[in-house]
Amino acid sequence: MASGVKPRVKVPKKAGAGDAITIKTLISHKMESGQRKDKSGNVIPRSIINRFTCDFNGQNVVDVTLEPAISTNPYIEFESTVPEAGEFKFTWYDDDGDVYETTKKIAIG
Amino acid sequence: MTILPLRANAAVDDLIAEFTGGAEVGEGGLTLTAPEIAENGNTVPISVSAPGAASIMVLAAGNPTPPVATFNFGPLAASQDASTRIRLAGTQDVIAVAKMADGSFVRASQTVKVTIGGCGG
Repeated sequence: MASGVKPRVKVPKKAGAGDAITIKTLISHKMESGQRKDKSGNVIPRSIINRFTCDFNGQNVVDVTLEPAISTNPYIEFESTVPEAGEFKFTWYDDDGDVYETTKKIAIG
Repeated sequence: MTILPLRANAAVDDLIAEFTGGAEVGEGGLTLTAPEIAENGNTVPISVSAPGAASIMVLAAGNPTPPVATFNFGPLAASQDASTRIRLAGTQDVIAVAKMADGSFVRASQTVKVTIGGCGG
């Protein structure tokens, strides 16, 4: 389901060249596990975000495979090196084929 | 509500064997942080840390489907640390297996007591 999906990321506005920074990401998504049943006993089909990637200026930082055991509104925190000024690109891949993207610029200073 | 059967660990062993390609799995060098007691199994914060790892797989041995997540670290990852929030169906062991840069594997596990399960059902 593509409605109401909103990615949020927290990246410092600037960092020293070569510094390690912490990045926090959250995307609102129901992450239906495929294990639950509705009132009439039918299994609610799985609908999750199955992959998350973060790249900086085209170089990979992390690539995470997500399974149904990840909580609703998947939260991922990790650390990245910032070799130069540039842009982080965050990408989430939905089971239904949708791709959600957001970018954050970071300056050196 | 029925009690979810905790699956035999055979599935977990198979998943680990798939990840490691059958290589021997050692100990040490991997830290898995999870709460001892989680009141709500729907959102249990965990973090993994394995300096020098290429990737880390997380499994929940007692979930209906044990895989949780696999973190692959790229060239710009400042550390091989990551945190997320996971669902646990009940009290069980959370297992992490890291593939180190030299191709060896290490594992760590922690038991989490869950008061309210997180898989519906």
